[in-house]
Amino acid sequence: MNNVLVYCELSEKKTVADISLELCTKGRQLANRLGCRLQAAVLGSGVSAAAESLYPYGVDDVFLADDSRLSPYRTLPHFDVLSKLIQAQQPQIVLFGASSVGRDLAPRIASFLRCGLTADCTQLEIGSHDDPKTGRHYDDILMQIRPAFGGNIIATIVCPETRPQMATVREGVMKKEIYDPAYKGTVIPVAVEASLEAADAAVEILSREIEEQKIDIKGSQIIVAGGYGMGSRENFELLHKFARLIGGSVGATRAAVDAGFTEPERQIGQTGVTVRPKLYIACGISGAVQHRAGMEQSAKIISINTDPDAPINAIADYTIVGDVMTVIPQFMACYKNNLK
Amino acid sequence: MSFKIVVLAKQVPDTHNVGADAMNADGTVNRAALPTVFNPEDLKALEMALRVKDEMPGATVTVVTMGPPRAAEIIKDARSRGADDGLVLSDMRFAGADTLATSYALSQVIRQMGDVDVIFGGRQAIDGDTAQVGPQVAEKLDIPQVTYAEELLGVNEREITIRRRLERGTECVKAKLPALVTVTSAAADCRFPNIHRMFRQAGEEIRLINADAIDADMDRLGMKGSPTKVKKIENVVLAHKESVVLEPTEAALNELSATLIKEHIL
Repeated sequence: MNNVLVYCELSEKKTVADISLELCTKGRQLANRLGCRLQAAVLGSGVSAAAESLYPYGVDDVFLADDSRLSPYRTLPHFDVLSKLIQAQQPQIVLFGASSVGRDLAPRIASFLRCGLTADCTQLEIGSHDDPKTGRHYDDILMQIRPAFGGNIIATIVCPETRPQMATVREGVMKKEIYDPAYKGTVIPVAVEASLEAADAAVEILSREIEEQKIDIKGSQIIVAGGYGMGSRENFELLHKFARLIGGSVGATRAAVDAGFTEPERQIGQTGVTVRPKLYIACGISGAVQHRAGMEQSAKIISINTDPDAPINAIADYTIVGDVMTVIPQFMACYKNNLK
Repeated sequence: MSFKIVVLAKQVPDTHNVGADAMNADGTVNRAALPTVFNPEDLKALEMALRVKDEMPGATVTVVTMGPPRAAEIIKDARSRGADDGLVLSDMRFAGADTLATSYALSQVIRQMGDVDVIFGGRQAIDGDTAQVGPQVAEKLDIPQVTYAEELLGVNEREITIRRRLERGTECVKAKLPALVTVTSAAADCRFPNIHRMFRQAGEEIRLINADAIDADMDRLGMKGSPTKVKKIENVVLAHKESVVLEPTEAALNELSATLIKEHIL
């Protein structure tokens, strides 16, 4: 009882979506901190393989509801099954992806359970809280941290009195990490009741057109961009590794794209896309004006370059003078250490 | 029986022009200090509602908002664009409401209007970006919801057909009425205000409704009815500082990554 539950979304190929795996990684950390179990809810049709694929992420129990009416996702059938599951299991925390599915389902569940829900959290931590009005003290509750007000402030939200504490998180914000490749959990089948019939009849899907995932870096809050100074397509792989670690996307200059180091969809600048991430890490980029036009509104800019006089450094908050191929691995190691 | 359409709308602070006095000490928004606009996706919801009205002779569109009395401005705006009526839920007892308490108050008003056929609202408001109020109103009224609507494909007395915009594609759905639809920014822009409609209603008062008028459980309204509490607010410093030049030493990189984590950037 009172565990951490992750609602898992499924891809078109019936695998667990990345966002949900990211939440499992975060959920595992929260569960370890709280000394409770990590549980996942998988609702779909023909998805037992997906359910078992969750174990390496540290999931102890997978609640599996397998019914043709649960795929593809529709609000009411999923609401019906999940709200009953939460009522029966009484988790203390429930996490959802801040996707078109999670942002559709989570608020309806929160309304039904009359509990709090914080959208688009960028950090989740366990901490204590003193209510200034009632003077009551709460231990081990969920700190839900999110930007608000157009990104002008960072707010920490708590729901001290109601359970479960619920939050949504956007894809790519948390890191997906294998907890233990040999970790073994259990699948617990969930009976899908006849009550699903009314929910099933309310909304009918007439057609769906789902495209393959395209590269789209515009929405990324963190961008690791490489220039001609990266030297080769092989060296660009390091940027992908770096971006995966810190939850970002890989961008590039026109020179790097023209040299064949990466795909044209990643080009940033006058003839590419314009980005405004909260962090832009320019790796081996000299900073031609055409490139700067597409990224100079980034909230924070770090430049890594062997040339201390590269034009990009003039608009960078931090300039690291050194070779990208040595600085990036060093930085990645420091980052991992600081996350503990 | 005429076909009843409700549009949920919000007057929002223009989050692109936020000053230092934008937040109160208790972490709530100091609305008085900010310029306001009609929430952009709510305007798109109004357009979709007006298109339903175009399809259904005799249908009425009522805009419902919650906020200070000056939120009546958006009702006037909506009426000049073609809405028939509107009301403002305005009462200090609604203040400090999170999405749960807001959706409760809105659902109580809609309940009182009786036999509403379809409810539209923007997917989310630019001051909170939560996208929660729509689905929560639908749950409280126990009706289906269709979120992320980008186009109205058809409507009759019994059902509505909508194309939804998802992350990687689209989905066409048919929902039984009554239902609630939330509209995204991909939907059609709202038609312009009509000058004659503007003048006709110039002197008219917009109805203000207080908490006593909606048959509500007072414990479920405002800050009291809101399970989420703001514990802490930190300002984000967006301005560029002097560029710091670092040598790639272990210590310097360690400090930089620690700073970025602390500032919520990494």
